[in-house]
Amino acid sequence: MKVRYFAWVRERVGKAEEEIDPPAAVATVGELVGWLARKGEGYAYAFENPKVIRAAIDKSHVRADARIAGAAEIAFFPPMTGG
Amino acid sequence: MTTTIRLQGEVFNVSAEAALLTRGRTDIGAVVTFTGICRADEAGEPIAAVTLEHYPGMAEAEIARHVEAAHARWPLLGVTVIHRYGRLAPGEPIVLVATASSHREAAFAAAEYLMDYLKTRAPFWKQVEKAAGKIWVDAKSADDAAAERWSAPAPSHGAVE
Repeated sequence: MKVRYFAWVRERVGKAEEEIDPPAAVATVGELVGWLARKGEGYAYAFENPKVIRAAIDKSHVRADARIAGAAEIAFFPPMTGG
Repeated sequence: MTTTIRLQGEVFNVSAEAALLTRGRTDIGAVVTFTGICRADEAGEPIAAVTLEHYPGMAEAEIARHVEAAHARWPLLGVTVIHRYGRLAPGEPIVLVATASSHREAAFAAAEYLMDYLKTRAPFWKQVEKAAGKIWVDAKSADDAAAERWSAPAPSHGAVE
């Protein structure tokens, strides 16, 4: 699946998007955050406080308990500050 | 209902957009426009500019979802939402929400509702340029509270002159 990062999550990870292939045990958005946080130093920094991370699956907001099976694109970003 | 949703780098013209909402129609009795403008300060410190990052595709979809929700809640005849992205200088407009209805109550309420949700749910992020460097703006709990108040049961459609 494709993962996209925005704002300071993107800066800390060091890339805007990538293809990932998490193990089957990673079933939810929250578990994916935990898995990503172990991918490296930048990831650990980006996801150090999972409570502030927002997520979207296929361009719709989801909560941490949302299941990732079947998702084409998952995005992670900080709380939004538009308007 | 006429709906226009645009994300763009260029500046927009508020009066031209408002005029488009009512062009050729005589059933619209109220148009409310809200324009969000880039201030020269953020958290008490001067800024040189703000840069807006967005999630293309999701931003349009999320705005469209809230326009639909507003339409379900108030008798709207037209909605225009324009949100800019990229680097903007203080004094430049950032966002336009324009709502049209037969009567003012729906137009005022829907414009406020849409702005409250744009602030907290539309995938945009502001980065400001301060003397110390570029800083991502923190989300404000006051904005969450403003959006939260619309979670109460919807009022019935009123016809206030």
